[in-house]
Amino acid sequence: MRITVTVDGTAYTDEVEPRTLLVHYLRNQLGKVGTVIGCDTSNCGACTVHLNGHSVKSCSVLAVQADGAEVTTIEGLARDGTLHPVQEAFRDNHALQCGYCTPGMIMATIDLLSEDPNPDEHAVREGLEGNLCRCTGYQNIVKAALDAAGRMQSAGGNR
Amino acid sequence: MTATMEPRSVEPPNAEHEIGKARVRKEDDHLITGRTRWTDNLVLPGMLHIALLRSPMAHARITSIDVESARTMPGVVAVYTGADVSPDQGSLPNAWQITEDMKTPAAPSLAVDTVQFAGEAVALVVARSKAEAEDAVEAIDVDYEDLPVVLDLAAAAQDGADLVHPDLGTNVSAVWKYDSAEAGTGGDVEDAIRDAEVLIERTFRQQRLIPAFMEPRSVVVDPTGMQTTMWSATQVPHILKIMLSMTLGIPEHKLRVIAPDVGGGFGGKLQVAPEELLTLLVAQKLGKPMKYTETRSESMTAAHHGRDQIQKLTLSARRDGTVTGLKVELLADMGAYLRLVTSGVPILGAFMFNGIYKFSAYHFSCTNVFTNKVPTDAFRGAGRPEATFAIERIMDELATELSMDPLELREKNWIKHEEFPFDTVCGLTYDSGNYEAATAKAKELFDYDGLRREQAERRQRGDTVQLGIGVSTFTEMCGLAPSRVLGSLNYGAGGWEHAAIRMLPTGKVEVITGASAHGQGHETAFSQIVSDQLGVPFEDIEVLHGDTQSSPRGLDTYGSRSLAVGGIAVVKAAERVIAKARPLAAHLMEAAEDDLEFTDGKFQVKGTEKAVGLSDVALAVFAAHNLPDGAEPNLDSDATYDPDNFSFPHGTHLCAAEVDTETGYVTLRKYVCVDDIGSVVNPLIVEGQVHGGLAQGIAQALYEDAIYDESGTLLSGSFAEYLVPGSPDLPNFVTDRTETPATGNPLGVKGVGEAGTIASTPAVVNSVLDAVRQFGVKDIEMPCSPMRVWKAIQSATGGAQ
Repeated sequence: MRITVTVDGTAYTDEVEPRTLLVHYLRNQLGKVGTVIGCDTSNCGACTVHLNGHSVKSCSVLAVQADGAEVTTIEGLARDGTLHPVQEAFRDNHALQCGYCTPGMIMATIDLLSEDPNPDEHAVREGLEGNLCRCTGYQNIVKAALDAAGRMQSAGGNR
Repeated sequence: MTATMEPRSVEPPNAEHEIGKARVRKEDDHLITGRTRWTDNLVLPGMLHIALLRSPMAHARITSIDVESARTMPGVVAVYTGADVSPDQGSLPNAWQITEDMKTPAAPSLAVDTVQFAGEAVALVVARSKAEAEDAVEAIDVDYEDLPVVLDLAAAAQDGADLVHPDLGTNVSAVWKYDSAEAGTGGDVEDAIRDAEVLIERTFRQQRLIPAFMEPRSVVVDPTGMQTTMWSATQVPHILKIMLSMTLGIPEHKLRVIAPDVGGGFGGKLQVAPEELLTLLVAQKLGKPMKYTETRSESMTAAHHGRDQIQKLTLSARRDGTVTGLKVELLADMGAYLRLVTSGVPILGAFMFNGIYKFSAYHFSCTNVFTNKVPTDAFRGAGRPEATFAIERIMDELATELSMDPLELREKNWIKHEEFPFDTVCGLTYDSGNYEAATAKAKELFDYDGLRREQAERRQRGDTVQLGIGVSTFTEMCGLAPSRVLGSLNYGAGGWEHAAIRMLPTGKVEVITGASAHGQGHETAFSQIVSDQLGVPFEDIEVLHGDTQSSPRGLDTYGSRSLAVGGIAVVKAAERVIAKARPLAAHLMEAAEDDLEFTDGKFQVKGTEKAVGLSDVALAVFAAHNLPDGAEPNLDSDATYDPDNFSFPHGTHLCAAEVDTETGYVTLRKYVCVDDIGSVVNPLIVEGQVHGGLAQGIAQALYEDAIYDESGTLLSGSFAEYLVPGSPDLPNFVTDRTETPATGNPLGVKGVGEAGTIASTPAVVNSVLDAVRQFGVKDIEMPCSPMRVWKAIQSATGGAQ
């Protein structure tokens, strides 16, 4: 099947098998290896991207379902070399160690904050339930999310 | 745009020291932007893909295997069975023959005649894409003939049990003992037991766990260069290189191994894996680049597991609470094969069952047993969490028996601050520690007295939700390891680490380490160390690791050794750089060497303003126009450091658990730990390691369990069933530190990577039991799931089933 997907601002037209997962399309056909695969049961969230502005687990979306849609991956967040506040907050709060869950965690955090711009710790922990991390114990991830919320609020709204 | 928040991690500039600074990590820039180098990202020209057919049977004979349909499927290049690779595949190595008579089964990477665990690979497909390879795997037809499945650890150890490896004649691989009387490090434990005023006998179960690193294992091999290059998501590129070379007979100098970005390991990637061996073998056979990346399901069933012991303990004490003797009898589940360190993991814990206490007599024996499950091997703590769990649980049992406060009982028995260095009953010398200080701080942060009061009130009222307080005062032996000690234990390698420093002419520095980070932040921490040592700015230092071509010597990363051993090698290499530069600096300034002092990166003539920077010397060396006669134009230095002793961090962990007696649900109300890991290089990184360690230790206490059904199928084969905790499942941790420097190295550092995991499991289980002992509950086997807690309360109170 022929699909056209805009990924990180660029439109791509490709032939895909109907069974091709979005995450495989991104990684194997577009070379967008910033988005990773951590499981095969959609539990871990490492593959999280934004589809038309909302977070999805790209292992649970078929590439053909993204036809005509806009996808943002971790690689499309920084604008002109300026990091997204969530990216900065992750770095500044040591919210990553090996970094494997990080792209998905950052994409999920951005989506969480767009729905709930001023969450408390409990809301962050519940909101990130779909993203597993084996390194950090989540404490600094929660800190980073709250820090990013603060930065984005002072900057006057989300990106 | 208003000013953004100042990142909390950047401290005011301190010209004096990088060490101790909460430096934000260098590693992060590429990790937070998706510019990563995971092994699975790698694409090489003409690269082929491997998929594996794995046995669904736990123990069976392969009576026939038909690959003909698979061979003709689209995209398929080759199909191999065990018979095809049998002449070349050798046997996967085990590096630890713990006893002379240890029984080691042949360990094929691709099963030939029989399979010994569900998940063992039986056939291999090479195709032009992963999808085509996986499609072809489904077309392979295997007939299995059932063989008896051995699963129960205790039963497997008995005479007359069905055998995992009939050719070995037994399921017992080895029995290893340590006796303090025999070793001359203490008295006879049988005397202590006989003379005991109080005797506590308990059996504990260390359940099987899965390391479950987030990045699935992946390996790429390119056989087309002058050297064959392997990229692997491994913790151990150097060990892989030598082991694969020896196993497959590939000349060592023709093999290059690279650990690119690696997404976590926790001991689970400390391995010479069948998948790595097969990818290498097949790549060389076909002369083409090859990739294999496992699925998560494959990882759960076929990558090595952790823990899995039955622990029988006997503790003797006096009525006043003074402990006298400890006898430990372990049954350890090896799984179906001895992988790299499988046999030695329980032994690593052998020296730690005494914990921080002054036992006078000790006896340890461990029986390593085969079962038809995937092999066990290193997993965060490797033997020491098992030991700490046992001693910290049984100390609580003793406290309960004597109606003593558990902290008071521990203090009565622990090594006092003034008594260090202390020779333990296990023959180790703990260099330094201050259990009193850590405990006092922890109690205060925890509000120990306040929570005890609340506990009493809830008990009195008979609240549905009861409160329990659990203690764990741990130490551990890490910084693996003094090579001589490893030799005395018959481990196949040493424990040194190597570092090299290259002084570039423009004043920048390259640091090469044999450590192999997979999340630990070595690039940042080692930059801090070198910055202090050489007076070079933090940003001007590049730390290189993971590639045997640029970092040719090393023993990689595990056992909380990278700072305590690897970091010291870096220090020593830096010292050699300065020593090489000194006479050259003196020559450049026409001064006497003795008149020079080196501070802040400069050689200064004492009492004058005359100085020359280390970077100036590096440039002068490059040009070599004006060096003293006979001087070599080179400042680059290296050092290989072998520690004299292990590293002994310690800490006091306090856990408050709320147990809902109607549902069995456990909520961690508060978790406080005060750890002493010696001097701190980067507090951010240290805290991160503690948090991550706590998460895994708490998960063992409450959530994780690798369960097999009666036919040997792993039931917890995905993240849906195997409960790696998510963010709502863990509390906020209150962490603090005391700093009692290690006495054995110039930085005074100890290891921290495994400490959180080692300490936390017993703290949590002790807290759950503390909440429900009042109902007559004696013990709850981990994980303390709601069902298990509820059942324990029900059966103790004679309630409804």
